[in-house]
Amino acid sequence: MNAIIFSAIFGVVMMFSGVFFSSKQLIRNLAIGLMAALLVLNAAELQGYGLFDINLNNMLHFTSFGLVFNCIAFAATFIYLLLSARDIEQVGVNLAEYFALIFFILCGVGIATSFNSLLMLFLAIEIISIPLYILTGSDKRNLKSNEASLKYFLMGAFSTGIMLMGIALIYGATGTFSLDAIATATKGFETLLTGGLLLLLIAMSFKVSAAPFHFWTPDVYDGAPTVFTSFMATIVKAAIFAAFIKLFEKAYLPSVASWKAALTFIIVATLFIGNITAVFQQSVKRMLAYSSIAQAGFMLFALFGYSDFGKEGILLYAAAYSAATIGIFAILLKMSDYTFDGYNGLAKREPVLAFVNTIFLLSLAGIPLTAGFFAKYYMLVAAVKSGASLWLVIFAVLCAAVSVYYYFRVIQAMYFKTATTEDVTTAPVTINFKVILIVLAAIIVLLGLFPHWLFTKVYF
Amino acid sequence: MIAVLLFLVPLISGILLFATKNAQQAKMLALLAAIATLVVSLLGLTALKQPAYLEFDVAWLTGINSRFHLKLDGIGQLVCLLTAISFPLIILSAWNNEYSKPNNFFGLLLLSQAGLMGVFLSVDLLLFYFFWELALIPVYFLCSGWGGEKRIAVTFKFFIYTFVGSLIMLVGIIALYFQCNETFDLKIILSQKIDPQVQNWLFWFFFVAFAIKMPVWPFHTWQPDTYEQSPTPVTMVLSGIMVKMGLFAVIRWVAPVFSSAFYQWGDTISLLCIVGMLYASVVAIKQDDLKRLIAYSSIAHIGLMCLALFASNKSGMQGAVLQMFVHGINIIGLWIVANTIEQNYGTRKISELGGLAQQAPTLTIMLVIIALANIALPLTNAFVGEFMMFNGMLSSKITRYNELDTVLAGLCIILAAVYTLNMIKQVFYGAVKREAVGNNAFTMPVKLALTVIIVLILVMGVYPKPFLDLTNEAVDAVLNRMITVK
Repeated sequence: MNAIIFSAIFGVVMMFSGVFFSSKQLIRNLAIGLMAALLVLNAAELQGYGLFDINLNNMLHFTSFGLVFNCIAFAATFIYLLLSARDIEQVGVNLAEYFALIFFILCGVGIATSFNSLLMLFLAIEIISIPLYILTGSDKRNLKSNEASLKYFLMGAFSTGIMLMGIALIYGATGTFSLDAIATATKGFETLLTGGLLLLLIAMSFKVSAAPFHFWTPDVYDGAPTVFTSFMATIVKAAIFAAFIKLFEKAYLPSVASWKAALTFIIVATLFIGNITAVFQQSVKRMLAYSSIAQAGFMLFALFGYSDFGKEGILLYAAAYSAATIGIFAILLKMSDYTFDGYNGLAKREPVLAFVNTIFLLSLAGIPLTAGFFAKYYMLVAAVKSGASLWLVIFAVLCAAVSVYYYFRVIQAMYFKTATTEDVTTAPVTINFKVILIVLAAIIVLLGLFPHWLFTKVYF
Repeated sequence: MIAVLLFLVPLISGILLFATKNAQQAKMLALLAAIATLVVSLLGLTALKQPAYLEFDVAWLTGINSRFHLKLDGIGQLVCLLTAISFPLIILSAWNNEYSKPNNFFGLLLLSQAGLMGVFLSVDLLLFYFFWELALIPVYFLCSGWGGEKRIAVTFKFFIYTFVGSLIMLVGIIALYFQCNETFDLKIILSQKIDPQVQNWLFWFFFVAFAIKMPVWPFHTWQPDTYEQSPTPVTMVLSGIMVKMGLFAVIRWVAPVFSSAFYQWGDTISLLCIVGMLYASVVAIKQDDLKRLIAYSSIAHIGLMCLALFASNKSGMQGAVLQMFVHGINIIGLWIVANTIEQNYGTRKISELGGLAQQAPTLTIMLVIIALANIALPLTNAFVGEFMMFNGMLSSKITRYNELDTVLAGLCIILAAVYTLNMIKQVFYGAVKREAVGNNAFTMPVKLALTVIIVLILVMGVYPKPFLDLTNEAVDAVLNRMITVK
């Protein structure tokens, strides 16, 4: 509850800060400070210090899983702001509003991890989506940004419609929005319920950019200002996964066996399309867009095995994937050239950046000693545990092998190729920036050694 | 204590090396660390050979039952000793080579040693996988950073190849985990009964990964290119020690855990080995590049060891284990000679070389001894191992094709003599075709390394008993386990 209320309040504070403060630096620091406060407040609730006790009629249900997830999302946002707040300034003039929108999105994240009613789910998804449409189009003079925003909005509105339709059908079949009631509902109106769940599955797949509903992702991620792509591809996506897994755990529970075929199809298609298409990209930014689709394919395994193990896995995956991707985007923002060649010789120019970037990429590829390895490992084990066919697992690991190809292209460019032209440059970076990146890399390595540290809080 | 030191000494010194400033300092530190590891390893085999010292076991991933469990025992002793002996030799042989950023080079070299030690020491399956992959990463950077012209593409192929193998093994590990009541501990895994039907397919998940590493035909295509393009010290690590990971893993994990499948697939794998040996030997005859010749000869030798393992009897397995050690030492010697020739004469094309015996008599004598060991002449170390392997193959009770296997494998030995002696003839005798260029690379450190190798060759050739005793019990244990399951 802390997270939802305070993120909304902080959002409003940030909105007005633009009126009262004229110094960009002040606004930036205020945002970072409030973000830290939000993280602390959420952690406090995890420790049992909830500040609010409001009767919600069980529409929201706060579990330790949701709160830990919030912690991960907020910590990731905090690091993201530390790394990229200056780059947010570069996007446009409405600095304060961008921060405000980010806080509003976090409010949506808070609801998405705690909803217990389909209405709340709808609300969460909308609160997350609408600020994102704006952020995508925030580079107003850039045609690509405008196009991406419009595309995102139209497609997003469409999928929201499908989601509402699904919720309506489910309501028609069971007479309730409550997840608990749906989970135990008699199967009187089988067709209605199945139809509703199917529509809901499609809408959620769209939001997490799972194939075959992924077509918006590359264009939107590519067109949006890079600094917001980073936010969109990590924290937001992970939060929607948290909602998705909760939905699966409850609403799909009675008929879960019959949904496995559909899920298998979605997983296979997502892994295949994401990985294969990423191989052919020339721009690192676009490659990351496809890689985010591919990574979503792995996260979908958590739905397949919605056990405790799968939940632990999705926490770890969210943390590993967000940390690595935020880091890579932060470095990408400093490059003058977004193609693979733009990275040529980075190890010579900026050895620290090249080194941490390597750790991030190794983590995304799932190499041991990084958090990415255990994230993938937990997902696969969760899948096998819930009876997934071994072929599906083999297919997934082969896709992971494909992913090595495009992640390692960046490493090769950084270390083993030399820059050919003079105009390939890197924007100057501060010591602080490097220190934060090193901390981020250290977190990834630590989670790669002791992943269970992340879960200890879930069970207390 | 010993177990964890074997892994920690190279790891910590490897990390420290990145911080060193000049080449001399880096080399000194690397050599000292490698010698320290060797001392620890020797202590573990002699003075401090007590169970308490040789085992290290702490909780690691409590949620999934994986422990950080290292143990120096059985066959691991011999391969750890090989790793410990090889690295000082490798560093010595690279003493006078010029590398850009020598601190990074030697640092990564020691990190790969730490990874290898981890592979040979871990008795927890997940930990084993961890090290299995980690050993690869430093080697990837070494080959891509300091290798030949085509290094990036070639190393990448090598990396993807082995990575695919490892990932398939990972699926196997997960499947085995659920077959064995969710444990990774080797001891507990061994106490479980795994359905033979399950073994038959699970076996391949592991074996493919190991076969790629060895490499067994038809998984060998990464190997000649990688050996050729890598900087020579890294080629030594790859061919001397890394390929032994595959053989070692077959003995430690595949043979005892999947015993019935081991018998079941023995003939299939023997066939692959024999095809690979014949193929590699014939290709080796046609090679004009010294490095590629040694690379193909290595495929043939590894194939023989794998073949002997699948004979599943004492003589074959003992011979293969001994040969793992011997081949590691000998091939490092061959690479040192090849490297010296390349540096002194500016080429490693056999057709462009000739009459080196007149110009470099000492080098010639050393090479001839190592080359003779490579074709397993009596009194050299390889003879003992090969004799035992052939003995094992011929007396193997699990296959109906003993004679055929033995004859075909024997043919490869003859072919080995053909290409090795032919190489010696062309490079060292006949008319002088090429004068030495630049500085003489046949320096003191190189001489020292070669002398150590030659002493090992002769001593082990005459008195192999201590090495056989070292693995005697472990081989018995593996075979007993296999027989009881049968």
